[in-house]
Amino acid sequence: MSSSGILKSSIAKKYAMALTGLFLCLFLVGHLLGNLQLFIPGEEGQTAFNEYALFMTTFPAVKVLSYLTYASVLFHLVDGVVLTMQNHKARPVRYAVEKGSANSGWSSRNMAVLGTIVLVFIVTHMQNFWWKMHFSDMPTQVVDGVALKDLHTVVLDYFNPAVNSMAAAAVALYVLGMAALGFHLWHGFASGFQSLGVRHETYTRWIEMVGKAFAVVVPLAFASIPLYLFMTQG
Amino acid sequence: MNLTLKVWRQDGPEDKGRLETHQLSGVTGDMSFLEMMDVLNDKIIREGGDPVVFDHDCREGICGMCSMFINGEAHGPGRGVTTCQLHMRSFKDGDTITIEPWRASAFPVVKDLAVDRSAFDRVIQAGGYVSVNTSGETLDANAIPIPKADADEAFNAATCIGCGACVATCKNASAMLFVSAKVSQFALLPQGQPERKRRVTRMVEQMDKEGFGNCTNTGACAVECPKGIDLSNIARMNRDFLSSSLTGE
Repeated sequence: MSSSGILKSSIAKKYAMALTGLFLCLFLVGHLLGNLQLFIPGEEGQTAFNEYALFMTTFPAVKVLSYLTYASVLFHLVDGVVLTMQNHKARPVRYAVEKGSANSGWSSRNMAVLGTIVLVFIVTHMQNFWWKMHFSDMPTQVVDGVALKDLHTVVLDYFNPAVNSMAAAAVALYVLGMAALGFHLWHGFASGFQSLGVRHETYTRWIEMVGKAFAVVVPLAFASIPLYLFMTQG
Repeated sequence: MNLTLKVWRQDGPEDKGRLETHQLSGVTGDMSFLEMMDVLNDKIIREGGDPVVFDHDCREGICGMCSMFINGEAHGPGRGVTTCQLHMRSFKDGDTITIEPWRASAFPVVKDLAVDRSAFDRVIQAGGYVSVNTSGETLDANAIPIPKADADEAFNAATCIGCGACVATCKNASAMLFVSAKVSQFALLPQGQPERKRRVTRMVEQMDKEGFGNCTNTGACAVECPKGIDLSNIARMNRDFLSSSLTGE
């Protein structure tokens, strides 16, 4: 088979989905650990978070990782769209009666829809924080005579009902996005390993358990932050 | 047992098709689903109608010909059975049963419930074989030592009857379970090694060419498979395809 043939094959597209998806799982862990600093109260928390934000946007190795992350999101998205379109083409006439619940999990049958909700979340999320941090005027916090971009205040204000009249909607969208992410991971995590051919009589059970725990804990931890900020402020 | 049947009728590949409703009485629980279809056709013929076309052959679950999508499931509600092994005792008096053909662009409808599954044959022709010397000096298969676990695993894969339930039930009409079973049955045995790399790349290439969908790992195929072919075959094919693509000819 020619090399172009491999890249066009259905299985290679699934490798790409798996590799980008699992890489993005690593990104989620990193991002979550950073975000948890928002629980640190007062000026200490503000300084810690803003110094962290500065590090994340300037340190060269992190920059490489962030470009890898952007590329993974885009590739996962485009590959997913291509796969979904091919799948629809493979069954042009639908069944009159279809009983998917008898043989498969709900999230496994709705990965494209869940992924789309996550995408909408990512776009609004980046618009709110990433875009502001990178391209617009930011408030500053002076630490040891150095002015830091004050992302901490931007985040806190965004989820503060006393400052942002849309804070409730912002929290709701965040929670919805995380719920969709959770269901997406519920199937996606273990599915990625299967696509890569990593399957074993004993260990696959563990991969599935870790995947399900990941799918619950990570989105829940993410969602707890805006909920906390919303309920403790304003 | 009195039943309301909603049967897919389609005059040919180009026809749009429609569900046709029939009332059927005198069905007993001991009848197989296909025998129930025989009763239906008998009634239709007596009334001067055109009988429902459906595939069937051995009627004992080994030929892989019967292929009905019954109430939203391939081969109906039973597990580990083909349509011919499904008995009417699985249904209740007064039930409405919807019967459709396998639906996939790679399996065009020939007429009514019969679909053309020759796409599977072409996948097999692309590499699903071992080339054996037939000059009279063929090595006795039993003389080659094979670990019991491998032999069992290969045999399990080889029990695939190629009915197409995996494609029919997959939300993407993917043929991965079928193809992976046919790859695995040789990949696990010494006789399959010389052509192993070529086999998997060619079969996957043909599978894609036939227009089957992509695997989403929902696992529906393995649940509905009348022979219990499991997902480890798909993982094995994914591994084999990767290594063969990187190191093959």
